[in-house]
Amino acid sequence: MPIATNAGKFFVTLVTALAVAFAALPARADDDPWPDIQRDVFDNRQIIEEDGTITLEAPYRAEDAAIVPLTMRMPETVAGDVVSLTLVIDKNPAPVAATFHFGDAAGNGERVLSTRVRIDMYSNVRAVIETNDGKLHMATKFVKASGGCSAPASKDAEEALANLGKMRIKLFNPPTLANATSNTREAQVMIRHPNFSGMQMDQLTHLYTPAKFVQELEIKRGGALVFRMEGGISISENPNFRFTFGAAEDETLHVTAKDTDGSVFTAKSADKSS
Amino acid sequence: MPLRVAIARKTWPTFCDAQVVLVILFSAALGAQAISTPYDVRQIAPGVFVHEGRYELFTPSNSGDVSNTGFIIGRDGVAVIDTGGSPRVGAELLKAIRARTDLPIKYVINTHMHPDHVFGNAAFEDEKPTFVGHHKLPRALAARADRYLKANEELLGEEAFDGTQIIPPTLLVEDKLELDLGGRVVILEAHKTAHTDNDVTVYDKQTGTLFLGDLLFVKHVPALDGSIRGWLALLDQLSQRKDVARVVPGHGPASVDWPNALAAEKRYLARIADDVRAFIKQGRTLAQAAKEAGLSEKDAWLLFEEYHARNVSAAFAELEWE
Repeated sequence: MPIATNAGKFFVTLVTALAVAFAALPARADDDPWPDIQRDVFDNRQIIEEDGTITLEAPYRAEDAAIVPLTMRMPETVAGDVVSLTLVIDKNPAPVAATFHFGDAAGNGERVLSTRVRIDMYSNVRAVIETNDGKLHMATKFVKASGGCSAPASKDAEEALANLGKMRIKLFNPPTLANATSNTREAQVMIRHPNFSGMQMDQLTHLYTPAKFVQELEIKRGGALVFRMEGGISISENPNFRFTFGAAEDETLHVTAKDTDGSVFTAKSADKSS
Repeated sequence: MPLRVAIARKTWPTFCDAQVVLVILFSAALGAQAISTPYDVRQIAPGVFVHEGRYELFTPSNSGDVSNTGFIIGRDGVAVIDTGGSPRVGAELLKAIRARTDLPIKYVINTHMHPDHVFGNAAFEDEKPTFVGHHKLPRALAARADRYLKANEELLGEEAFDGTQIIPPTLLVEDKLELDLGGRVVILEAHKTAHTDNDVTVYDKQTGTLFLGDLLFVKHVPALDGSIRGWLALLDQLSQRKDVARVVPGHGPASVDWPNALAAEKRYLARIADDVRAFIKQGRTLAQAAKEAGLSEKDAWLLFEEYHARNVSAAFAELEWE
């Protein structure tokens, strides 16, 4: 057996071992993951910080790390120019919690979007928007939380599975926003789904439950897109979205959610008066 | 008690501190592994003993002695009800039992999954009891094992955490289960999701003593880790029982009156449910509710700051599906 091949194999093995070892190294608490995230997710593009085009509301101390409420606001002056919003939780196992791509039906009034996330340890949480001039803007909040990703999904395991995929759509009429324009509508979409993060232990086998979560969510008003979300494991169990959208003749909301198993769930809002 | 990182905790009055310090020094001098205050148990009815845990979060100095434990002595053996938050607390409980009887410990019953009620189990292993719990308890513990162990080690520190392991029940309560201690029958009942999804109550027929586990909190603010609707419904149902002379809460005085002792907890849970429903109806958010709902209860409870907002969050996430 030629030595060179052996040496080559050894080298490959060594490199693999090192790679595995480094990948497995727990991140030190003082490691700042943001530069890597900025490079990998935003291609090292310049990001304008805290310029008021996006604000983020988050509790400083999370009461329940598995359901941390976040609200993102984009003022009327820029709302119509916002193309997408990416939600990043620096220290979560998969830092990109979700990306929202806004469509024509998102409206031009103040744009507000709320959801609930899991936060695994003390971390910066970031909302990064891209405007149609290609610029990125960011708001950041530090949140004290721990164990959100490995928290078992359900307080009542049977109930969670029995109701998988059930949806509820609520319309807030009039909107609850302080300065809503007459063209602004507000709604909430709730989906029953355990959104398994893949870090929860299976209760019977003691193996980690494979991740199973809502991967795509599309909300349309009539036929027009309000937003489409690509989601990850950081979105809380029973994904919950509250958002503004623009007024129109037909304001029926159509919701389609798809999870990682390929299951598709759909619902539409009852008529406008509900 | 669900775990929570100790950020702000109630402190004891100064005279207690002095006492604690003395005991610590004394223990240290003896090289003793004992926890830092005497582990008192009180006989609340013939053959029924209860230790009243502290009204604190887990800390290295309390070793996880923050919940009530108890035992019932029959003619042939002993049933233990909950074992405290660490093997060290479990060992103290075992010592207290051995000071009163040499009978074998036949059963160790855990009223539910929370670490302050099960993490003393390890101290009883050498006694070879049968561990007993709700049929959903093994699953609940397995699902939370990693997180509970990690959090407990952080909160208690290495020394008090030492020897901790999760010992799940092997005898499961599906609905009702009678255990015979020799001329003394103890009836276990598994409940639907309330404080958690694995709550068990323990009833000593001879004295009419009902151990409610964390279905009842007295003085210590209730902690919701199951279903607020289920919990309120169960309290209504339990309060109908006429065969109860006294109850033992999971947190609170060793023995309290029946059914009067339920009133404060019912009022607290109903207040949260009412406020949260009103918030939902008004289209207000979980974040707003966590800050504002149920605050009229603030002065009625110990550890309110530590648990209340999370109770509201949990209630909100449940009730918005009504």
